[in-house]
Amino acid sequence: MTELLHKTAAELGRLIAAREVSAVEVTQAHLDRIAEVEPKVNAFLHVDPETTLAQARAVDERIAGGERLGPLAGVPVAHKDVFTTTDMPTTAGSKILEGWRPPYDATVTSRLREAGLVILGKTNLDEFAMGSSTENSAYGPTRNPWDLSRIPGGSSGGSSAAVAAYEAPLSTGTDTGGSIRQPAAVTGIVGMKPTYGGSSRYGLIAFASSLDTPGPFARNVLDAALLHEAFSGHDVMDSTSIHAHVPPVVEAARQADIAGLRVGVVKEFGGEGYQPGVLARFHEAVELLESLGAKVVEVSCPSFGYALPAYYLIAPSECSSNLARFDAMRYGLRVGDDGTRSAEEVMSMTRAAGFGPEVKRRIMLGTYALSSGYYDAYYGQAQKVRTLISRDFDAAFHQVDVLVSPTTPTTAFPIGERADDPMAMYLADLCTIPTNLAGNAAISVPCGLADEDGLPVGLQIMAPVLGDDRCYRVGAAVEKALEDRWGGSLLTKAPALEGLGYQHG
Amino acid sequence: MPYDEALERFEPVLGLETHVELGTESKMFCGCPTEFGAPPNTHVCPVCLALPGSLPVANAEAIESTIRIGLALNCTIAEWCRFARKNYFYPDMPKNYQISQYDEPLCTDGYLDVVVDGETVRIEIERVHLEEDTGKSTHVGGATGRIHGADYSIVDYNRAGIPLVEIVTKPIPGTDRLAPEVARAYVTELREVMRALGVSDVRMEEGSLRCDVNVSLMPRGASEWGTRSETKNVNSLRSVERAVRGEIERQAAILADGGRIVQETRHFHEDTGRTTSGRSKEEAQDYRYFPEPDLLPMAPDREWVASLKADLPELPSVRRGRLQAEWGVSDLDMAAMHNADAIDLVEATVAAGAPAADARKWWMGELARRANEAGKPLAELPITPAEVARVTELVSSGALNDKLARQVLEGVLAGEGSPDDVVAKRGLQVVNDEGELLAIIDKVLAENADAADKVRSGKVAAAGALVGGVMKASRGKADAARARELILEKLGVS
Repeated sequence: MTELLHKTAAELGRLIAAREVSAVEVTQAHLDRIAEVEPKVNAFLHVDPETTLAQARAVDERIAGGERLGPLAGVPVAHKDVFTTTDMPTTAGSKILEGWRPPYDATVTSRLREAGLVILGKTNLDEFAMGSSTENSAYGPTRNPWDLSRIPGGSSGGSSAAVAAYEAPLSTGTDTGGSIRQPAAVTGIVGMKPTYGGSSRYGLIAFASSLDTPGPFARNVLDAALLHEAFSGHDVMDSTSIHAHVPPVVEAARQADIAGLRVGVVKEFGGEGYQPGVLARFHEAVELLESLGAKVVEVSCPSFGYALPAYYLIAPSECSSNLARFDAMRYGLRVGDDGTRSAEEVMSMTRAAGFGPEVKRRIMLGTYALSSGYYDAYYGQAQKVRTLISRDFDAAFHQVDVLVSPTTPTTAFPIGERADDPMAMYLADLCTIPTNLAGNAAISVPCGLADEDGLPVGLQIMAPVLGDDRCYRVGAAVEKALEDRWGGSLLTKAPALEGLGYQHG
Repeated sequence: MPYDEALERFEPVLGLETHVELGTESKMFCGCPTEFGAPPNTHVCPVCLALPGSLPVANAEAIESTIRIGLALNCTIAEWCRFARKNYFYPDMPKNYQISQYDEPLCTDGYLDVVVDGETVRIEIERVHLEEDTGKSTHVGGATGRIHGADYSIVDYNRAGIPLVEIVTKPIPGTDRLAPEVARAYVTELREVMRALGVSDVRMEEGSLRCDVNVSLMPRGASEWGTRSETKNVNSLRSVERAVRGEIERQAAILADGGRIVQETRHFHEDTGRTTSGRSKEEAQDYRYFPEPDLLPMAPDREWVASLKADLPELPSVRRGRLQAEWGVSDLDMAAMHNADAIDLVEATVAAGAPAADARKWWMGELARRANEAGKPLAELPITPAEVARVTELVSSGALNDKLARQVLEGVLAGEGSPDDVVAKRGLQVVNDEGELLAIIDKVLAENADAADKVRSGKVAAAGALVGGVMKASRGKADAARARELILEKLGVS
């Protein structure tokens, strides 16, 4: 059955629709793979083979009944444990929600179900999606399939690792400051942050409301586009959801032609703090784009340097308010309720016990930034920076069709290396944060291995608001050219995957 | 300190914050029903329980109602404004923040005129904004019914998320000794505006209209306002008046003793008419307001706002002016009808065919007396304006006189049926048969020869006793005026 593991999602969808293979067989192959590698990778917080196989059987029955489903019907997907699911617990990686069974499905969840995707389980994440390494999960870190001593990125590290380790062909993530693109980059896969409002946040447990964006992971650009299309589009349950058609992402991923496209290299990204091997692969990718017929120019975005501090005021401010609801009153953990303590004391004890240190750090940062007398200097000022960053993007997209940069300044770092140094951890999102602040679209695609450590490097392609299709078009062109050069996907070069029992086809 | 003494030494400044629950079908940010009185925690969903991942979607009708309230209160409607989060922890607030509005309210700078003692007082409105209600806590055990000292508390989230409009006045100086009446008149008028707009059932006893009363005092002649207290839990019109009066007396006593007023929230007690201290505003929390990122800004289209303004119903004060002119009554009579909540009833009675003067006479006279006896509002008497109109018709046609009409009203109120039913059942009919009447008159004249002689000799005033005799003999059914005419005729003095 292992040959089913290295097929693309698009191929699996075709085979299942043609009834050459059943959804149950495909699902079982992935469940077996999960059982085999999970003790080492820890990508999943919850796997329930019975529930999952029941979903697969239902899809097979619908197909047998002559129903025409979408292109991914029957294809398994790993689902980030920050989306609510009625048939599986939802924890957001936190002790405060341990064992919580939501009574409703997130919009992304219900759209996966409608499209016939089979949910394999819920993937690990930094607690409440706060982090860049998945080390902040209350349920232990996930490991990078390229090197089990290293982080798989974060916060969607369970989702990136699951796809990179061939436990799932597809997975969902959420990107607030880079939480899809950075894990994709450090595990050598594709990860897309759609335009803010292009995919629904209803049922996505909020970290920072004005930044959170659901998006797809896959091992290739077309598969990512198919998943993107499956769960995106307007949702009446999310007021910030955009009233517009999903950009033609699948068509763009098939097109893969960039002749005449104007590409801007962001001058401000690079230099100190960037790993030489990352910069080397990035510059090669830019040359590659030129060789494919793109016109490359350097573009300056002077306000991008303020993006990180602005983000670390806005995101914690919103999270300090969003996480106030975890108070032991209606659901989740309850500590200290022995009949002698007041509601206030129980709230306080529960939050002290239920939240991890990074979550507490951000709640405190945000509470401080919103305080009377500090609001203007912190939250207010950060919002002004946000406007300037949007203007930088507007000006840049006046000159070019897409912007490119390395996705992250470094490759995957060792587990534990930055755990006690929040500032070093925050720098992992240096290149991805401006896009979250402006709300536009960006993708990370693999662009090679860094010479010094042999670990994957990601190329970030940024497009204007609702220009998601451009990310896929450029990403697919880069992917095609590089895979021709490599003789297959970058993952075929991952040494640790063989240690995980995976035989490259 | 007695009220009169307090007013000799100090001048009050008022401020009123009124919360009105809108009568929309569904809650402010979800589809749950708003109906009052359902079993606890049955009108709830992931959104109003603040389950993880849920998001608010604003109720368009609530926004429209708020703008209409703003227009009715002569406010400016914001061209662009936002919801904001007001952050504080409390078990009956599911998200531990309330979606409200902060520095960008929907409506600003309006006014409402009220009439007290024949004087028009203009109450300036600072802002009208839209927010969501909290759940309702019940604190069980303990002496005060408040959270401190309770054994345990239970929460009903049915109310959580019901749209709430907050109407805040600017400080109201210069009301002097009429401060309690002005406060009451303002809330009364506001309630009528809400009813005219049809945006809320404004039932104070069910909490769909709630009032916080701010009072401060300054020494007579001073120009700087004093420290204010904010009294909550003021749940009837009478309580509004009493709370203002009580606070003036309490604060005056403290200030007269050289004390200092603490800026604080106080609770009003219906039984004593007094207030007690709640939490002090000096140690109040920092609400950390910031724009609500889950909702889009509101930018009401100007043409739409203009059309809402054009479609406003006739407002209560305008209507009262029109009806007063139509009915030809004095300011005093109109004010009396207003205070007795009789205007709607009189109007409906007139619409059912009664002359305005008669309609007013019955509602403000006999029926007001009966309502008062029963301890009920006039509108709750078991009689309809159409029935009152029928009674006035029977009187003007001569079928009944006033005395009989009162008996008919009594019968209707006692549940004996329509006015015509009561007339039939009780046999109440003015005697119209002149033969019968003349027979009675002859009998009365014969029995009262002395009085008859006096009249014959020119002392017409003595006829009154004879008319009285006829009325008595007819058991009130005779037409007294006609009886008098016939008596005078018979005695040759007409």
